[in-house]
Amino acid sequence: MLEIKDFSITFNKGTVDERKGLENFSLSLDDGDFVTVIGSNGAGKSTLLNTICGSYKVDSGKIVLDGMDITNQKEHRRARFIGRLFQDPLRGTAPHMTIEENLALAYGRGSRPGLAFGVKKSDEKIFKEKLAELDLGLEDRLKTPVGLLSGGQRQALTLLIATIVTPKLLLLDEHTAALDPKTADKVMELTDKIIKKHSITTLMITHNIRNALDYGNKTILLSQGRLVLVLEGEERKSMTVENLMKLYSTTAADSFSDKMIL
Amino acid sequence: MFSINALELGLIFSIMTMGVFVSLRILNIPDLSVDGSIVLGLAVSSYFTIHGMPILGIFLSFFAGTLAGAVTGLLITKMKIQPILAGILTMTALYTVNFRIMGRPNLDLPVETKRLGNDYYTIFTPFEELLGKDWHVVIVVSLIVLIIAVLLYLFMKTQIGISLRATGDNEHMVRATSINADGMKVLGLALANGLVSLSGGIWAHQQQTADISNGLGMLVASLAAIIIGEVIFKKTNVISGILAAISGIIIYRYIYSIALTFGLRGEDLKLITAVIVVGIIGIKMIRFKDIFAKLGSGNGGGKNA
Repeated sequence: MLEIKDFSITFNKGTVDERKGLENFSLSLDDGDFVTVIGSNGAGKSTLLNTICGSYKVDSGKIVLDGMDITNQKEHRRARFIGRLFQDPLRGTAPHMTIEENLALAYGRGSRPGLAFGVKKSDEKIFKEKLAELDLGLEDRLKTPVGLLSGGQRQALTLLIATIVTPKLLLLDEHTAALDPKTADKVMELTDKIIKKHSITTLMITHNIRNALDYGNKTILLSQGRLVLVLEGEERKSMTVENLMKLYSTTAADSFSDKMIL
Repeated sequence: MFSINALELGLIFSIMTMGVFVSLRILNIPDLSVDGSIVLGLAVSSYFTIHGMPILGIFLSFFAGTLAGAVTGLLITKMKIQPILAGILTMTALYTVNFRIMGRPNLDLPVETKRLGNDYYTIFTPFEELLGKDWHVVIVVSLIVLIIAVLLYLFMKTQIGISLRATGDNEHMVRATSINADGMKVLGLALANGLVSLSGGIWAHQQQTADISNGLGMLVASLAAIIIGEVIFKKTNVISGILAAISGIIIYRYIYSIALTFGLRGEDLKLITAVIVVGIIGIKMIRFKDIFAKLGSGNGGGKNA
């Protein structure tokens, strides 16, 4: 489904601030895999997601999505198949436009925008149904500007925007981290529900180790731009939060001592 | 005190202000090339008028403007030049282009047309007898403004229009929904400058002259107009924005013409425009509620004492 081969990316090349983002990073996902990604700050988790969706250009390596080489495709072209959510709930929606206009924009994903009206009467029914699934009462507020919604509502709406046309790949970058614990749980459950319903192949970055084990079918651990651990199957089932924390802190300590030496 | 000329100019420049509304408010890009684009419209329109093709000139002034806007857009998106610098570059380049089109700094359209052996007429000529000498320009331009305002409103509701607005509102979101944000910026700036230039094209027919320095201060005037208009139409949706642009520039032109009747000269008005902009921003910053609250509490305190 998703094949990443030998990704390497270096930031600030040729300066004193030169830093390896990813180093010979390879990863292969099967159809319908829901992979949770953990690792300390600066381990390369967000860099990985940003290179997959094309925000960053890799120095070397290859990425194949569903049999198609997208290594040299531009960001907005890749966005036809890749949905994504960021930590900041403000990033995924246009605040001065209404809920239905935001959804209409996403509903046209993959097709070139034309001169037909953006929000069609026939779409409204679909939007209402989809919003009702979020169970936040947004289905009656189609004409409300998105800027008036709370962070949790906006992130839930962004989730809908990213999945209203089912993507081949969904990238979640700590998308519940900025929400209060209760809302975070709700958005996480919604995410899981939507992913399962459409069996979307997903990569989810999280700092919540419990979430990393509770959701999805695989967990990967990154350190210093490298893949250091893949957990799946029985090994993952028997893994406890405590043990994973231990593994996590040993790799984090490695990178920390490296930094101290530097 | 009522001046038809102020109303005529207000209506003609409302097309320009709608253009500035598109770049500044919808795309969220400060496009400084306006002073050049409006003269481009004047120059193109004048050129075709003196060669006996005034109607063609009006249409071509719009297209010339879209080209200029596209250049600014490409400078911003492909060359990654700061929007403000990109606008200044286009404006500087346009000075030469405009000069070349006009051939010299000032054109008197009726005189030049006759010198070239053509019949002189403008888009307003056929309506002069029908609608009366005083009002025909106002009526014709009002219709044009109405049509453009409706088309602009409808355009902003289309798929492209929504994508354009979202690009100015949240570029991250637009990129993530597979829309080419760079393309939208180029398109939006082309549309914005097309409107500005079209406004210049119609202006040429109204004032029957074209001068290379006519564009001076037009951007600031548009900004002033948008700020004034937004005091009246406070909502941030498309229809309020368009109405703010139109009403703002008409009010601005009236303030301008009143200032002239008080004995101020043309040269003084640039300073006045700048003062109007600063003044309106200042008024918007003052929170009247707080002032009234202060006055109220002051009185209350007095009574208690």
